Amino acid sequence: MHIEVSGLYKKFGDFQAVTDVNFEIEKGQLIGLLGPSGGGKTSILRMLAGLESVDKGDIVFHGKRVNDLPPQERGIGFVFQNYALFKHMTVEGNIAFGLEVKKWSKAKIKDRVAELVELTGLSGFEKRYPHQLSGGQRQRVAFARALAPEPQLLLLDEPFAAIDAKIRHELRSWLRDMIDRLGITSIFVTHDQDEAIEVADQIMIINKGRLEQKGTPWEIYKNPQSPFVAEFIGESTIVEDASSLRGFGNASDWPGTKALIRPEYVEVGKPSDFKLLSATESGRVRHVHFRGSEWLVEVEVGSTRLVTYRSLEKEIVHPGDEVQVLIHRAYLFNNNDSWIMENKLKEDPMPVHI
Amino acid sequence: MRRLWIGLTVVLFGLLLIVPVVRIIMGAFNEGWRGFSDGLSRPETLHALFVTSMIVVIVTVVNTVFGVMMSLYLVRATWLGKRIKQLLNSIVDLPFAVSPVIGGLMIVLLLGPETALGALFNSAGVDIVYAIPGMIIATLFVTFPLIVREVMPVLQEIGNAQEEAASTLGASAWTTFWRVTWPSIQWSVVYGVVLTVARSLGEFGAVLVVSGNILFKTQTATTLVYQDVENFNLTAANSIALVLAAGSVTLLLFMEWAKSRREVH
Ligand SMILES: Nc1ncnc2c1ncn2[C@@H]1O[C@H](COP(=O)(O)OP(=O)(O)O)[C@@H](O)[C@H]1O
Ligand SMILES: [Mg+2]
Repeated sequence: MHIEVSGLYKKFGDFQAVTDVNFEIEKGQLIGLLGPSGGGKTSILRMLAGLESVDKGDIVFHGKRVNDLPPQERGIGFVFQNYALFKHMTVEGNIAFGLEVKKWSKAKIKDRVAELVELTGLSGFEKRYPHQLSGGQRQRVAFARALAPEPQLLLLDEPFAAIDAKIRHELRSWLRDMIDRLGITSIFVTHDQDEAIEVADQIMIINKGRLEQKGTPWEIYKNPQSPFVAEFIGESTIVEDASSLRGFGNASDWPGTKALIRPEYVEVGKPSDFKLLSATESGRVRHVHFRGSEWLVEVEVGSTRLVTYRSLEKEIVHPGDEVQVLIHRAYLFNNNDSWIMENKLKEDPMPVHI
Repeated sequence: MRRLWIGLTVVLFGLLLIVPVVRIIMGAFNEGWRGFSDGLSRPETLHALFVTSMIVVIVTVVNTVFGVMMSLYLVRATWLGKRIKQLLNSIVDLPFAVSPVIGGLMIVLLLGPETALGALFNSAGVDIVYAIPGMIIATLFVTFPLIVREVMPVLQEIGNAQEEAASTLGASAWTTFWRVTWPSIQWSVVYGVVLTVARSLGEFGAVLVVSGNILFKTQTATTLVYQDVENFNLTAANSIALVLAAGSVTLLLFMEWAKSRREVH
């Protein structure tokens, strides 16, 4: 289902929960709504479902405005944060519910339930009640129940939040596969950036009721359009005075400009490791953490503390070591603007042509 | 020390519960089986028991329907303002705070034959006070909180997520109520119904004030017991009291059963 949302607003009492949200979703995409808790993600999802009224703005499904349609008539499936399974119905009963209220024939219901039980790997658990299932199984029942009536749009509110980390990984890729296979337009809410990056085709970053940015995970990572997004996605350090960094001196042309630096923007090494020593400055290693597949190195340059990754292949550095630090690029921002700047000293001022 | 307290408690309960029941049984049968059955088969007894049963049935049905609806509105309705909900919530508790006699008096003052409303109903051919409708209203008033106070906490506890899930699956409000909400609250409703039956069976004060205790017209089992005692007709009074007590014990057992079911679900 093609979805278009424009100028969406929602207030709870005096609290502005959603402010001027606009977006469009192509059919068949899996969208991740990502942002800190309390940002308004659930509220947006509930307005799409018709569970919450809209103060202002339009929600359009397939070219048809659905603002005034009740949830029953929107053709959506909703997976609730705590699943909201019907606790006095069996797994089968839960999955069949939406089909029964739509007056499907007994035989068709039976087939469809069997199909979904198979699809979600719940065979053998059909007669169980929700309290007799594990978290992951409940999640799959909720998923099967939402999918049973063949909705055009699937909405999932923090589908993995209540599941322990180990199974969460598994369920994530399972869900991704499932949605790919069914080709159903889906929106899921999460506050976990890894989850959004791993699963979603497109991410929408929601903060304080506003849509900060929408794009593929890579676009958002590479080209954050607001300081909030830059800081929220990936690890980073903020440097109050950008011009104090070597190679970024001309940031002083814009007073009050700060720099956000990601670990992969920074390189540390011995003086001989660098072609252009003039672009580096010296620093001291403060801490080294083993991260399984790489080192996480904290270095202090002047009064700034930066973080970088270091390959396990390279020579090990130790706390207290003097090292050269090269900042390849920085994400600069001030009150009016934000942009990415490369280290100006990295380009050889006097290239020697052979 | 602990033994002493337990012993005291047992003695106290014995005095308060067992002794009166034994007294009632002895009183009912002090002229043998004959006295007991005579007391019960008097026309005024049969009429009073009939009036009581009628009131119990009507009050229970009406209060079950409205009690459940009231609970749903108070817990779920978002279109009711917070203030209005608070107000309604306090009104539900009013019968707990107000003595039944005062409740009955309020009905007399509002709907009695001398009042404008009462006269209006009278001219339409319906008597409220000193007639069955007033007694029903009085009993409704007294028992109204019982079901609401049983059902509301359960509705609050289960939350509305299951109901929302049902609505996204296409279920109407009616279907959602019967298939999703009702199974969760049914044992609380049963418990509330039992309390309501017990209370309306034994209601005395409000009914006495409203009914005028008119023989063969508005006399209920409890007000008849009162009258029999006044007339030193103790065997008959004890016989009716025994029937009422037997009803209460049955209800009590049923209540325990309902309570255990409620905990399971
Ligand atoms: N029904 C409601 N009544 C009052 N405030 C609400 C209600 N629903 C959400 N809010 C508030 O709106 C804000 C956004 O909530 P929500 O959409 O749940 O955020 P998220 O899902 O991003 O954590 C929160 O501050 C929350 O307290
Ligand atoms: Mg949320």
